[in-house]
Amino acid sequence: MSRGGSQRDGEPAGTERGAVPVTADGRPRTRGWSDGLRAYALEIRGIFQGGERGPLVVIAGLIVIWIVFQALDDKFLSPRNLSNLSVEIVGTGLVAVGIVFVLLIREIDLSVGSVSGLAGAAFAVLNVNQGWPEWTAVIVAVAAGTAVGAFHGFFFAWLGVPAFVVTLAGLLIWNGLTLYLLGASGTINIDEEGLVASLTSRHFEDPAAAYAVAALGTAGYFLAAHRRRSRHRAAGMPYRQTAEIWTRTGVLALVAFAAAYTLNRFQGLPLALLIFLAVLVVSDYVLRRTRYGRRVYALGGGVEAARRAGIGVERVRVAMFMVSGTLAAFGGLFVASSLTSASPTTARAAGSGMLLINAIAAAVIGGTSLFGGRGSPWSVLLGVLVIQSIASGMGLLGVEDAVQFMITGGVLLAAVAADALTRRAEARRGRP
Amino acid sequence: MAHPPVLALRGVSKRFGGVQALVDVDLQIRAGEVVALAGDNGAGKSTLVKVISGVNPADRGAIEWEGRLVQIKRPHDAHALGIATVYQDLAMCDNLDVVGNLFLGREIDRVGVLDEVEMERRARDLMRALSIRLPDVRMPVAALSAGQRQAVAISRSLMGAPKVLLLDEPTAALGVEQTSHLLDLIEEVRDHGMAIILISHNMGDIKAVADRVAVLRLGRNNGLFDVSSVTQEQIISAVTGAADNAVAHRSKGDEGAWP
Repeated sequence: MSRGGSQRDGEPAGTERGAVPVTADGRPRTRGWSDGLRAYALEIRGIFQGGERGPLVVIAGLIVIWIVFQALDDKFLSPRNLSNLSVEIVGTGLVAVGIVFVLLIREIDLSVGSVSGLAGAAFAVLNVNQGWPEWTAVIVAVAAGTAVGAFHGFFFAWLGVPAFVVTLAGLLIWNGLTLYLLGASGTINIDEEGLVASLTSRHFEDPAAAYAVAALGTAGYFLAAHRRRSRHRAAGMPYRQTAEIWTRTGVLALVAFAAAYTLNRFQGLPLALLIFLAVLVVSDYVLRRTRYGRRVYALGGGVEAARRAGIGVERVRVAMFMVSGTLAAFGGLFVASSLTSASPTTARAAGSGMLLINAIAAAVIGGTSLFGGRGSPWSVLLGVLVIQSIASGMGLLGVEDAVQFMITGGVLLAAVAADALTRRAEARRGRP
Repeated sequence: MAHPPVLALRGVSKRFGGVQALVDVDLQIRAGEVVALAGDNGAGKSTLVKVISGVNPADRGAIEWEGRLVQIKRPHDAHALGIATVYQDLAMCDNLDVVGNLFLGREIDRVGVLDEVEMERRARDLMRALSIRLPDVRMPVAALSAGQRQAVAISRSLMGAPKVLLLDEPTAALGVEQTSHLLDLIEEVRDHGMAIILISHNMGDIKAVADRVAVLRLGRNNGLFDVSSVTQEQIISAVTGAADNAVAHRSKGDEGAWP
């Protein structure tokens, strides 16, 4: 705003206006640092405009966060804390993957926090109070999330109620249902040796497990890239240079094996992390490589275009809310697992929106756009690492909840603002 | 007539709430001819396009395809018959690349998994065949110029080897040179035996490529002219309603074909 003002007035912006003098035009006193700022602004803009630089900025941010917290508390980068972090990200991360599906079609699901609480409570009530077998209770709890998503999708896609209203109502409804389910018994402790508890407590202690996953991931990436390259070359089309493929594979291998090494120095590969990575791989494949995923992106790029191309817009919309509900419920089981309980207190917390905000922030920080059609499940991995690193670091430092809320909200706002700026910069250049 | 009409609309009506957008509209088109659809804003041209392309099906009226009665209830029905549409807004997904847009809704896949290489290869072949120059078929369409977007939209409509091509104001956003390229493309496509319905405000475009021109006014037929024997003023007076006597303007040869 101040920038536009100083352009209009044509007067040099001074420090007394409290403005960033991007257009300052000539006072020797301010030229030095205003030029510096201008260069910095251009640099920032360049980063936002770069195709692949987005993730690099997030990685740089993550490294800064890690260095700062490590400087404040040297336990932060310990194998123990990093290993715990790798488990803590999973609940929020799974919910955020569901959010990505909904964001890709340019909608929002505000109910995911409540739905995850509902799934945890439903599991606890069915398994502990009703004595159902764990597997059955898990399936019913996750299916409940799917059904809730279908319910939201129906109101949105077929009745035309805006998604944010439907899911805002859902936020309250499912939170209320959770409290109602728990009402009679209060806190329910789940079996600490059971299936759901093991989701977050189980670790593959054999070091070979973590290394095998790292090797498998790296090899899988390399083979896929190589196969793609040979097919393109065989068809006489442009293809990636071998050197680029090797570099990318090398970087991936470095990160994967460093992570495996760190995890092995504590308790080995956590089951939760393995499940999370599997969900990421599968959802990324579905979105990028299948006919179905193409429809999802098409819907985010232009509903009318998608409709005219014969895509069943309503069906895709309902399906996206079902995916979001399912993953929210699945993520809710991981939250219940790490607490080994479902209680009215945690249910109220789920309804308060912390998990919801973390999940949306994770998706958006990672580079999934709120404006639809752009992003990927992998963005969640980076985003949720940023969010949970901040939470974990603040937890280690003993920062009180009140401050944590403000910081998390601020991070979300910053991520969304960066998304809006990117979109504006791209609109100016005529890119999507 | 040498050919039976490939597409014939009889008594088509469409209502949106309180607005009667189309009233008893008749239209027919044969293979290898260009019929221009003219009319003022709100005359029902776009509604008619949406009826034919299945986006907004007709409330009443009959549609005949190659002489037999058909139903067009969804865009899929129109695709299946061989009707392709290029909308004025081009209806493209800005976030997808050229290949993705060309194959939108008709992706090449193997058990659901996209065959990107084959789609890209065919996209390149098509661009080459139509002499359309693009920096890269993997560019998102949002990064293309208006003329390039129009070219991509038209080539997309040709992908399914249609028999009828609907063009909604194709030259509206184009410059002089791009327009002449486009008119060349329309004539080339017509010479391959395709029936083209060209919606246009531009009398110059209509006179240049159309064989006949059908005028809509306030949702009704208001004249059908042979382009070779009609003046621009006559078309305009039918468009504006200065001459409301539609029957007088019907071209002689078609009178028998209209019920």
